[in-house]
Amino acid sequence: MAQEPQPQAPLAVEMRGIVKRFPGVVANDGIDLAVRQGEIHALLGENGAGKSTLMNILMGLYAPDAGEIRIDGAPVHFSSPRNAVDAGLGMVHQHFMLIGRFTVTENVILGNEGGSISLDRRAAERTVGETAERYGLRVDPKALIENLPVGMQQRVEILRVLYQQSHTLILDEPTALLTPQEVEDLYDILQALRESGHTIIFITHKLREVAAISDRVTVIRRGKTVGTRETKDTTSEELAELMVGRDVRLHVERPPAHPGDAVLQVFDLRLKGRGNRDALDGLSLGVRRGEIVGIAGVEGNGQTELVECIAGLQKPDSGTIMLEGTETTGWNPVALREAGLSYIPEDRHYRGLVLPFSLTENMLLGNSTVAPFSKGGRIDYARTREIAATEMKEFDVRAPGPHTPAGALSGGNQQKFIIARELYREPRVILAVQPTRGLDVGAIEFVHGQLVAERDKGRGVLVVSFDLDEIFDLSDRILIIYQGKIVGDFASGKVTRAECGLLMGGKVAPNEGEPIRV
Amino acid sequence: MFESARSRGLLVTVLTSLAAVAIALLVGAIFILLSQQNPITAYRALLDGAFGDRRAVGETLAASTPYIFGGLAFAVAYRAGLFNIGIEGQMLMGGLAAGLFAAWNFDLPKVVYIPTALLLAAIAGGIWGAIAGALKAVSGAHEVITTIMLNYLAYQVLSYCLLRADGWLPVNPQLQATDPAAQNARLPNILSGTRAHAGLLVGLLVAVLVWYFLFRTSFGYQLRTVGLSKGAAAYAGMSWGATITVAMFISGALGGLGGSSETLGLLGQQYNAPQGYGFASIAVGLVGRNNPFGVVLAALLFGTLRSGSTAMQNQAGTSKELVLVLQGLVILAFAALASSGRAQSWWARRRGARFKDTTDTIGVEPGVAPEL
Amino acid sequence: MSDFFDVNLLKAVLRMATPLVFAAMGGLLSERSGVMNIGLEGMMLTGAFVAVLGTYYLHNPWAGLVCAMLAGAGVGLIHAFWSIGLRSDQIVTGTAINLLAAGITIFLCQRLWNQSGRSPKVDTLPNVTAGINVLVPVAFLLVPVVWYFLRTTKPGLRLMASGENPQAAESVGIAVDKLRYVAVMMSGVLAAAGGAYLSIGSLSLFTRDMTAGRGFIALAAVIFGNWMPIGTLGACLLFAGSQALQVQAQIKGLGISTDLLLALPYLLTLIALAGFVRNSRPPAGLGQHPTSH
Repeated sequence: MAQEPQPQAPLAVEMRGIVKRFPGVVANDGIDLAVRQGEIHALLGENGAGKSTLMNILMGLYAPDAGEIRIDGAPVHFSSPRNAVDAGLGMVHQHFMLIGRFTVTENVILGNEGGSISLDRRAAERTVGETAERYGLRVDPKALIENLPVGMQQRVEILRVLYQQSHTLILDEPTALLTPQEVEDLYDILQALRESGHTIIFITHKLREVAAISDRVTVIRRGKTVGTRETKDTTSEELAELMVGRDVRLHVERPPAHPGDAVLQVFDLRLKGRGNRDALDGLSLGVRRGEIVGIAGVEGNGQTELVECIAGLQKPDSGTIMLEGTETTGWNPVALREAGLSYIPEDRHYRGLVLPFSLTENMLLGNSTVAPFSKGGRIDYARTREIAATEMKEFDVRAPGPHTPAGALSGGNQQKFIIARELYREPRVILAVQPTRGLDVGAIEFVHGQLVAERDKGRGVLVVSFDLDEIFDLSDRILIIYQGKIVGDFASGKVTRAECGLLMGGKVAPNEGEPIRV
Repeated sequence: MFESARSRGLLVTVLTSLAAVAIALLVGAIFILLSQQNPITAYRALLDGAFGDRRAVGETLAASTPYIFGGLAFAVAYRAGLFNIGIEGQMLMGGLAAGLFAAWNFDLPKVVYIPTALLLAAIAGGIWGAIAGALKAVSGAHEVITTIMLNYLAYQVLSYCLLRADGWLPVNPQLQATDPAAQNARLPNILSGTRAHAGLLVGLLVAVLVWYFLFRTSFGYQLRTVGLSKGAAAYAGMSWGATITVAMFISGALGGLGGSSETLGLLGQQYNAPQGYGFASIAVGLVGRNNPFGVVLAALLFGTLRSGSTAMQNQAGTSKELVLVLQGLVILAFAALASSGRAQSWWARRRGARFKDTTDTIGVEPGVAPEL
Repeated sequence: MSDFFDVNLLKAVLRMATPLVFAAMGGLLSERSGVMNIGLEGMMLTGAFVAVLGTYYLHNPWAGLVCAMLAGAGVGLIHAFWSIGLRSDQIVTGTAINLLAAGITIFLCQRLWNQSGRSPKVDTLPNVTAGINVLVPVAFLLVPVVWYFLRTTKPGLRLMASGENPQAAESVGIAVDKLRYVAVMMSGVLAAAGGAYLSIGSLSLFTRDMTAGRGFIALAAVIFGNWMPIGTLGACLLFAGSQALQVQAQIKGLGISTDLLLALPYLLTLIALAGFVRNSRPPAGLGQHPTSH
């Protein structure tokens, strides 16, 4: 790193007081970001902090409601991504915008073919090859995208941005799908780009990456900039604290837990995920009767896979799952429900509800073959409607009646309804994923209260959440998941938010020296 | 308020169907005008031809019968999220099976012969449908293409059987038909002096059964869930592949019943002539909102158009093919109305979002579909 | 055997393949742009009818051909407006087009010529050699043109990108919807030319339902040809060949199973769709829309 950028280097990108509201949501609430020419600038924040929205504004996908953007000192107003590209900005998306059946060259030149109506494939291949060579990207311009590993596909995205003559590259969570070796290669490429004078904005939530690659870092939290630091002058602890905040919210009043025997046990679960990474890498955990176990972690570290394996929606490659001492690995959801598992899914609209169905019909989801809902293949709609009405009253689901389509309810009422349904059959284990995502404060309190009540009835509750506040509010025990493994296991009150933040970002806890294993 | 909200939903449904039909009739009137005829005279002749006398009413009922089966077949597949464009082939296979069985002239009483023939037709049509369902379940082959191919295969099977299998099947290659059905296998006439036959009663009964199946049984619930949300179906432990295969079997079986109702009721034997009910069934299903009772009403409407169109041609000189035009127009009008409905619900969602709380949806990009 | 495979058989194959090739090239363009087009049948039928109509009133089969192609573009525009503009179900729209075309053509036959389901005789396009109409070589020339367009031009690349991944195409500034409108209208033009070949090329009049499912077979050829121009041409020749062989076998009284020959196109397509043929894969974005911001 001979060419440290000068502290006084002029600004390549300057965003000031950016505000962006979506219906009911303030995604960016006055964000400032100043990126110097020729530096690698990390944009650090939790899921949902507003990073992606900010970058979409910079790329001209959204118009900001307030604020000002300057590129190389000159104010700009982008009305489409085209303008941003013309101003020298280029984005490498987290979900690659590539066409599998096209070659590398075809993907790179698409939209910027240049020239007349005809396409000089050979010349394009040569140019693309030369560009790849110049920055050490080492991709075959004639290869088909679908035959390339994920790391190579990402290079094609980078190559496309370079081919567009962009001098500022934005990379959105670029390591999310990469293997460790591919991450190292990416770092090398980014260093080389910086040395050739490019500016790089690197969006991440991993502290390790900030330290490994960036010159400076801006931290945002809940739509606001909370600070910018020189990477060499800051510590992981400081960044973790900035990222997750120190403000303590009011906790749900809950008596201490009195845990009993294990009701849910997971041993050495392994599953290959996208891009041949280990989505689950020998994960083990246990939940006891009468306790709430919270799994904290950044999205995409194996939570979805873990939950779907437990709930019978995916089969693990290896490992064992046990419910009350019975092995249930690979059981289907119907059998698992019968065995006492309840599952409050993360995605209400995709999994938890059939939106055009009435609430009565939604009450049947997962229950359509069991008493009292059905008998001998015939569904008792009158009884189901009664049950739905009773449950709606009990769980304060506000809707005109059980005939209302689920899609007409607000998110909070939808979630309350799902919880009502999932608790109706008196489960022994409750699996709740992001149970309060998108809910208002009142609904959050209600949902948390219900989960605590279930715990006090002697049920085992496993909560998965990307919201650290929720984990701290609810859990009797906190597990931290990172890259498909549990890397920390703490009793409630024995861990600070900053320590959690470090572990979630892949850093070792300061006092332990080595991640704690279960 | 409970009941009023529900009946408002029903009202919107009915109004949409009526609007689509009204638009189609209006555009149809323009066609009639363009051919320098009076649309009022033409439509009046059509109504007269459909309901003018006893014979006309019988003809309307007979013409409505295959539409009932076809519409039900389309509706069941549609409820499972499938577009069955192969009802034509399923009807042919059903009609052929029933026609051959009836032509063998077994010594069976009516109460055995007719139900057995119908059952065979349902199985034949069901298998023809299930092939498309299974192909989709196993290799993801689009059912629209496979059912079209199966239609043409059905034509080939039919013409092979009727033209070249006279060595071992009761068929008459000169007539290009099966031998006439045994009297005991014929669906009896239900309105003397007309061609209305008991196939209509079978159709009405089947409509009730389909309604019961879809809206009162566990498997019907499973079928509807699979059709609306693959994700929720998996969440509830329902097998998508098995469900769509069975749904296509049922859909095909209903088509097969429709074919046999024509063979055993109206015609008395199976001819080597596709009737073209398959595509019209789509219109019937869509106008009937894929609800069995709605389908019956829509089938009566299309039966009316069909039986009245001959009178319209004779009395007002308007080509009876106007009916095909009207069917096409109904579908187009329906598609346009349905897409405006989608735009409305999208708008409602956008507005609804405003009342949601903010805390945890910050940064969730609206309008960007989640990756599967 | 030698007199079985004679030059007449070859000519018959070429003749029978011609309408399929036109329609299939049209279907290929539409599908590669990401729009399913089961309305090909109706577009062909419209072309067959309007070709006769134009020839009848303008007394020139070439003018009739132009009229047919314009009408095809019009039907294509309807399909495009419904399925792209209104975002309606593309299958529903295609079905409606088939019904409408079947109805309107007969309706107009009745109205204009007072004949149920057929037109008077009109002039035909000239033959280039005995038994080979001028549209036959045009159809076969069309294949390399479509290939060249997709393979070596900028709009061709963009069209395929729209069909593979409309979101990605839009993210690099391609006007996906506009391209698709053009592609679907072109598919109408080509399918109509195929229909015109039937009515003013090989015959000299229009008869009801004269396309007899060729639009659907053309669609099957696109699928069987794996959405590639050359492969699709091969499929058209194969399908036409099985039809011509069947006719030849009947003329010469050979005892091969003609029914099996006739069923072959459909069986082969089903087998291809069932995944027994490797690499049979539709454009990944077929039926999808780009997200609009």
